[in-house]
Amino acid sequence: MKTSRHWLEQWTRPAWTDEEMSEALSLAGLEVDGVEPAAPPFSGVVVGQVLTVEKHLDADKLNVTTVDVGGEEPLQIVCGARNVRPGMKAPCATVGAVLPGGFKIKKAKLRGVPSFGMLCSASELGLAESSDGLMELPADAPVGEDVRVYLDLDDPVFDIDLTPNRSDCLSHEGMAREVAALTGGDYAAPYTLVEPQAAFRTEQAVRVSAPEACPRYLGCEVRGFNAGVETPLWMQERLRRCGVRPISLVVDITNYVLLELGQPMHAFDADRLQGAIEVRMAREGEQLTTLDGETRRLKADTLVIADDSGPIALAGIMGGEATAVSDATTRIFFEAAHFKPEVIAGKARQYGLHTDSSHRFERGVDPELPRKALLRAVDLLLTLAGGEAGDIVAVEAPEHLPARPVITLRQEKIEQVLGMVFPTEQVETLLARLHFDIQRLEPGLWQVTPPSWRFDIGIEEDLIEELAGLYGYNRLPESAVHAPMQLGELPETELDQAKLHEALIQRGYHEVITYSFIPEEEAQLFALDQQTVALANPLSEELAVMRPSLMPGLLRTVAHNQKRQQLRVRVFESGAVFERGEDGYVQAQRIGGAIFGSRAPLHWDTPVETVDFFDIKGDVEALLAAAEVAATFEPASHPVLHPGQSAWVKHDGEIIGWVGQLHPQLYRRWKLAQPVYLFELALPPLLKARLPQMQPVSRFPEVQRDLAFVLDRKVPAASLQQVIERVDSPILREVRLFDLYAGEGLPEDKKSLAVKLRFGSLEHTLSDEEVDATVEAVVQAVAAELGGQLRQ
Amino acid sequence: MQERLEQLVEEARQALSSVEQLADLDQLRVRFLGKKGALTEMMKQLGGMAPEERPKAGQLINQAKQTVQALINDKKAALEEARLAAKLQAEAVDVTLPGRNVDIGGPHPVSRTLARIERLFAQAGFTVAQGPEIEDDWHNFEALNIPPTHPARAMHDTFYINDSDVLRTHTSGVQIRVMEGQQPPIRIIAPGRVYRCDSDQTHTPMFHQVEGLVVEENASFAQLKTLIIDFLRRFFEDENLKVRFRPSYFPFTEPSAEVDIATDLFGDGRWMEVLGCGMVHPNVLRNVGIDPERYRGFAFGLGVERLTMLRYGVDDLRLFFENDLRFLQQFK
Repeated sequence: MKTSRHWLEQWTRPAWTDEEMSEALSLAGLEVDGVEPAAPPFSGVVVGQVLTVEKHLDADKLNVTTVDVGGEEPLQIVCGARNVRPGMKAPCATVGAVLPGGFKIKKAKLRGVPSFGMLCSASELGLAESSDGLMELPADAPVGEDVRVYLDLDDPVFDIDLTPNRSDCLSHEGMAREVAALTGGDYAAPYTLVEPQAAFRTEQAVRVSAPEACPRYLGCEVRGFNAGVETPLWMQERLRRCGVRPISLVVDITNYVLLELGQPMHAFDADRLQGAIEVRMAREGEQLTTLDGETRRLKADTLVIADDSGPIALAGIMGGEATAVSDATTRIFFEAAHFKPEVIAGKARQYGLHTDSSHRFERGVDPELPRKALLRAVDLLLTLAGGEAGDIVAVEAPEHLPARPVITLRQEKIEQVLGMVFPTEQVETLLARLHFDIQRLEPGLWQVTPPSWRFDIGIEEDLIEELAGLYGYNRLPESAVHAPMQLGELPETELDQAKLHEALIQRGYHEVITYSFIPEEEAQLFALDQQTVALANPLSEELAVMRPSLMPGLLRTVAHNQKRQQLRVRVFESGAVFERGEDGYVQAQRIGGAIFGSRAPLHWDTPVETVDFFDIKGDVEALLAAAEVAATFEPASHPVLHPGQSAWVKHDGEIIGWVGQLHPQLYRRWKLAQPVYLFELALPPLLKARLPQMQPVSRFPEVQRDLAFVLDRKVPAASLQQVIERVDSPILREVRLFDLYAGEGLPEDKKSLAVKLRFGSLEHTLSDEEVDATVEAVVQAVAAELGGQLRQ
Repeated sequence: MQERLEQLVEEARQALSSVEQLADLDQLRVRFLGKKGALTEMMKQLGGMAPEERPKAGQLINQAKQTVQALINDKKAALEEARLAAKLQAEAVDVTLPGRNVDIGGPHPVSRTLARIERLFAQAGFTVAQGPEIEDDWHNFEALNIPPTHPARAMHDTFYINDSDVLRTHTSGVQIRVMEGQQPPIRIIAPGRVYRCDSDQTHTPMFHQVEGLVVEENASFAQLKTLIIDFLRRFFEDENLKVRFRPSYFPFTEPSAEVDIATDLFGDGRWMEVLGCGMVHPNVLRNVGIDPERYRGFAFGLGVERLTMLRYGVDDLRLFFENDLRFLQQFK
């Protein structure tokens, strides 16, 4: 909220510099975002009175004026403003003045006529976005006075960011109260309000059909005021510096009261009201054209002010166009009501609105404010424009007004929560400064009732927070946690995920973090048979659906880096992927990677080669090795992968992931110039660690034999491995593929696979016969199951 | 005889001086010391000598043989040494050429910060707790004392899946899940991704948070202050880091505080907001079945990107999610 220091000082005058005040407010939880004077810097501008106006002989649109600026002689000033006329008062920049933006005023000649200054518009002084003509100053403005002084433009305006619980400070009075509580200084209202003598009986009937939503509705009719009176400059100025655009006297008064006291008000053109005012819930589909010109279809959960014609205002949010006050209005009906925050909360947003009024009602407004605000508004209107007021119409449902809580406060509890003893006297003084009603029941025990505007205070802890805040958080003591020393758990069968990341990092991978939401189309592409999860209110189509796979994010990363001339990309990400399950959402943790470009960093002795399937498979195998997971690879059919270069990764008979080349048809989508190889694995199976159990190590020498088999080309290497491993032999320790050959010397459809077999025994040195027997069994098994023959 | 021996030794010496190959050396050995070598032949002449002269002559011959053998050995050693030196020289490489397979990636800077935070708190006995990113209304809002009409909901710019499920706006929901399943004492941190429907220069719709929670019989605001100050000083490795607490508002803590830091290391000594914290609101404890009269708790929430930016001088939040390798490579 923008708070004018000089306005605030009508209640209390802190002995602080602006900087001290900013710091004090921020440290009290009222965060000051900035302090700026009410107008941008300018100098040399004084109140001037136009004495004469004559047409410039050589320029149609210019006038030659003489202006009294309180000097010995009037100044001759050439002026282009259309509204310039003899007798008017306006800001006059004299020679030597500097206007906002550093614009210097010098002696000048305009079409041959010398000019000694400039008459200014409001926008030229930085007091308005745009202006139509000179800024007209009141007739009683003292000629020659500095305009900054006259308009109080050096008034420091504090921009204060309030937390939602402190809506009591959304007004100058509220902020002044808080300042006085902090300084402990004097605090008094600058005026006393008295109920005016009712000149007539307000005949406007008011019915409240939703008393739980609107437990208090006050209204007052004012008639006979001078509709032509303009809002006085001082009021316009205060509104302006608080960010409110002046509109017309009646509207400005309601806004002024809002900024001064915090009570949102509304003024209806009483002549346009049809029948009784009714506060009720909207009927589904009812229409209302609001002040911003929008016609809105209302929902039944919206509280409205209505008359016989239907809704005439969105309660607590915005008035309706049909009953708005206009220049022709002579009879108005002021509304000052209390609406329950729960009823208003979220409604403005629902209609795409956010107003000063809804901002306050959503957070809560002092239920005792409506009468005060109404009196203030009526008083201002009568004072400024005359007229007479009727009596106040009040419809109240006290049982629905917020109850003032009576809170028990224990000194012991203060000590427990804050870790320090608060002396009795201090507790009482500080709370009294905040206008809390405090009764000491017995030593160390109080009964506290907060004032009506502190509806955020409900429990003992709230009071403790107030005490701590006033005392100063930074003066509160510090102490270390004292708790029993306990060793934590260190489960060895759970793998630290960092170990997996480290395995990839050691192989040149960079970890990336990509958004969890991706375009719908990409989600569908990678979803397989999963049901994807879409956001109801995405920021954009690009960020619309929760990722069912890590791949779209990784591909985007590859594409981004390719575009930036990276010749070699290796990236991985770990995190959740999402799908809709039978009951609820499945949010599975995965790890995935992508490689692209050259196999090795550019090196003088390493040929430049592009990555292929076995590069990424090697990385996956390294990852599996780091996790000590035994997995097998089987040809996969995955819609986004190259059908001939993709594999399922299986562990314990379950598919735990896949690895392969992105389907070449999809390159275009990410504008890829070269193949990308990808893998994605479920994390949970990788994070189960094995507790090592020692196996005996043989003391006898081992024997190795190499065998090369000629097999059909289509026989997978893994089958050969499996067939050999299945041979029943107590001495066969390991089978390792070490050569693959196809080509010259072999038929077209054949290949040769060579394996190294390792034999060993815990009990004895192996004999040739034993080894030969197993080799023979291996040869027979390969022949029988795979049709393979020993290569001659 | 003696003359002849001396002559032979001198002859061998001469011959050796011109030998350059190990193979030639062997020939030389045969010539003087072989079965038919010159010195061996001299030995054969002993038979023709008077018996009393034989020992003396034999001794002289053996001396000569030993001398020649020693000369040959020396030469052999010299030649071998020279051959090795030549071989080593031939094997010399340009040690300034780069080695092979130097290729190490690195963790994302946000992960790096997360790991530091986790390790710091692990030292004080905190364990890491995780929760779902698609969260229900209860855990993200209601249980944290944020009912549906609460104005704080507007501060959260929530992404909705439907009326009852949201993308978590903070990891505070994890504290609810932990407390629902466990009675105090509790000491956890909950790191993870969170989401807000907001995107501009200083906001990304996804970012990371670490929520911390302590619930114990004696927990107090004084302890919270100490823990936070310690954490920030350790994290930034700045024992002179200035830390201040400002009253603030979170529905799930009371009293609540915002924490600012100021340091000479960065930020020109200005106060910078880094985290929010407070004493767990008794309603929150009640919501999870913990007696607020018996136990108290304190909680804090850290923005991981914010800390990472301050720590490593990252000046644009959006860099974290562009994943440009030239950026990532700076964090090994």
